[in-house]
Amino acid sequence: MSFPSWGRYPPATPARVLPVRFRDQAVPRVAGSVLPYGNGRSYGDSCLNNGGTLLATRGLDRFLAFDPSTGLIRCEAGVLLSEILSLTVGYGWFLPVTPGTRLITVGGAIANDVHGKNHHLAGTFGHQVTCLELVRGSGERMRCSATERADLFAATIGGLGLTGLITWAEFRLKRIANPYVQVERTRFDRLDDFFDLALGAEREREYTVAWIDCLATGRHLGRGIYMAGTHAAPTCEGAPGAPGRTLSVPFDPPVSLIAGPTLKIFNELFYRKQFRRVQTGLEHYAPFFYPLDGIDQWNRIYGPKGFLQYQSVVPMALGRDVTRAMLQCIARSGQGSFLSVLKVFGDRPPAGLLSFPRPGVTLALDFPFKGPSTLRLFETLDALVAQAGGAIYPAKDARMSPALFASGYPRLDEFRRHLDPAFSSSFWRRVTGDAS
Amino acid sequence: MSARVLIVGATSAIAEAVARRYAAQGAALFLAARRTDRAAVIADDLRVRGAAAVTVGAYDATVRDTADALVAAAWEALGGIDVALIAHGSLPDQPACAASAALTRQELEVNALSVIDLLTPLANRMESARHGTLAVIGSVAGDRGRQSNYVYGAAKGCLAIFMQGLAHRLAPAGVRVLTIKPGFVDTPMTAAFPKGPLWASPQTVARDIQRAIERGAQVLYTPWFWRWIMLVIRLVPTSIFQRTRL
Repeated sequence: MSFPSWGRYPPATPARVLPVRFRDQAVPRVAGSVLPYGNGRSYGDSCLNNGGTLLATRGLDRFLAFDPSTGLIRCEAGVLLSEILSLTVGYGWFLPVTPGTRLITVGGAIANDVHGKNHHLAGTFGHQVTCLELVRGSGERMRCSATERADLFAATIGGLGLTGLITWAEFRLKRIANPYVQVERTRFDRLDDFFDLALGAEREREYTVAWIDCLATGRHLGRGIYMAGTHAAPTCEGAPGAPGRTLSVPFDPPVSLIAGPTLKIFNELFYRKQFRRVQTGLEHYAPFFYPLDGIDQWNRIYGPKGFLQYQSVVPMALGRDVTRAMLQCIARSGQGSFLSVLKVFGDRPPAGLLSFPRPGVTLALDFPFKGPSTLRLFETLDALVAQAGGAIYPAKDARMSPALFASGYPRLDEFRRHLDPAFSSSFWRRVTGDAS
Repeated sequence: MSARVLIVGATSAIAEAVARRYAAQGAALFLAARRTDRAAVIADDLRVRGAAAVTVGAYDATVRDTADALVAAAWEALGGIDVALIAHGSLPDQPACAASAALTRQELEVNALSVIDLLTPLANRMESARHGTLAVIGSVAGDRGRQSNYVYGAAKGCLAIFMQGLAHRLAPAGVRVLTIKPGFVDTPMTAAFPKGPLWASPQTVARDIQRAIERGAQVLYTPWFWRWIMLVIRLVPTSIFQRTRL
């Protein structure tokens, strides 16, 4: 069985994979380093440990406690967000923060300090965690929270699985009246309009994000669709049903299906499918939050070479100019991105020492891996991000330079003090130059 | 009324997956395991998932003369038993068994005799109650002796014949008897093995088990295609079979 990352680039082979099934188990003592591996949804190499050991944590999939009257939940680190939703939505509780897929583990959500469309109000997943248990390579087992070993707690949130094995975590869910979301989609014709929308009524909307047509150029540069959602009120009419069965990409196409012509058509259709400028409606939470979870193994459409993600954040003051420059670079390169997403993060200070979300503008892109030309484009984008004092998201990275990592994560030295010496990853060795 | 379910060997991946299905239906469960600390962890999870009640009891299949007490404790805790699933077992080291009669006996005791020790009092209680289902996890390995694991196969084959007899005896009392024969199951214990299309998840196997219990089946191959694979393996003539390394 292979344990790839979601982007399937770079290829890596662990020396061994050891399943963890019960949380009383100690971190196994092995030659070389260990790294927890949850559901393999990190895109780059932060979930890989080439030549080392992976601790497969999906066997840690139990709930410890759930109180339907308060929404406080405690579960093991290998539980998927989808499994939490299956349990709690019926009781009127939703995830306080969720990324664009529910097929990730709780441990992964903490280790990457994931964010969602409500970052401007709720912060990151790490902000929701009240306490967790960490097992270190030394055999030590400890509870961490804002008041118990607060420094190790802050290192573990966004700590990329390098501070030890998270066995369980506790966090507070969010009250909902039903599984539906009131959605408003607004078409915008240029980048400035996005910022007007995002900085205007943002505070009143729980969930906001924009899809960008990154092939549009000239005066259409940065055109797209701005999506704003709010959990539906207790009484809502015309509620749609839950989506039906899952589709699947059942085989590996020999080449990437995301190429120039298909991309152009997709982007044009996505932009044009909305006739009116503003469109509102009620949606089930699944298509609103997790549009791609309905297609099993969608990452295969990029073919055997895999794909690369690029997600950056730059400070708000430079956000407009840098985003415009990045979109121009992409449009000029002709390497369009299929799902380009733009969002303004909130002002909340990061929860973890290595957390990616911070005040500013974040742009997320994905590209089929075409070799040197893709990497060249990324280097150009890197230069823009670095000059603006921005950062790249480790969970989506497979190639940023050590210099860019260091400049984007100023608390790196503080983090190093909490590293578990038994733990390492392909990502960590690449961006720090540390040996395994 | 919600089901009353006894699961022996409750910390195995298949047993846990079955327990979750019953928990989601609001069943009351009694979990018997050697590692009661781990069974307690599973019990907490089952309560969150909807189990009406979960009790944990200690049971070690290598210790003789404990089966009656366990069955009595479970019967009392649950107020009778609707479904008893016996899922404990060990996977013997076949070459080591070939070299040691003592080890072979030990494996037969754990995988066959300890199960029969439980089946006997359970069968008698269910026969008197004229109600219940006895389900045992056997194996496709019990269908034909093969050089690679015939000690395990002998134990599971013994159970299959014993269960067949029980089914015959208990049919007039309305008690159902099910022998489960899983093929390759992708449990966390086998996570590092190379997997082919023959492998099934514990969740799939658990779903099949619960359905077979509900419809009153006597033998379950899970996944279904193992019935046909094992038919072929049983039918291969000895002269050919002995040239294979199965």
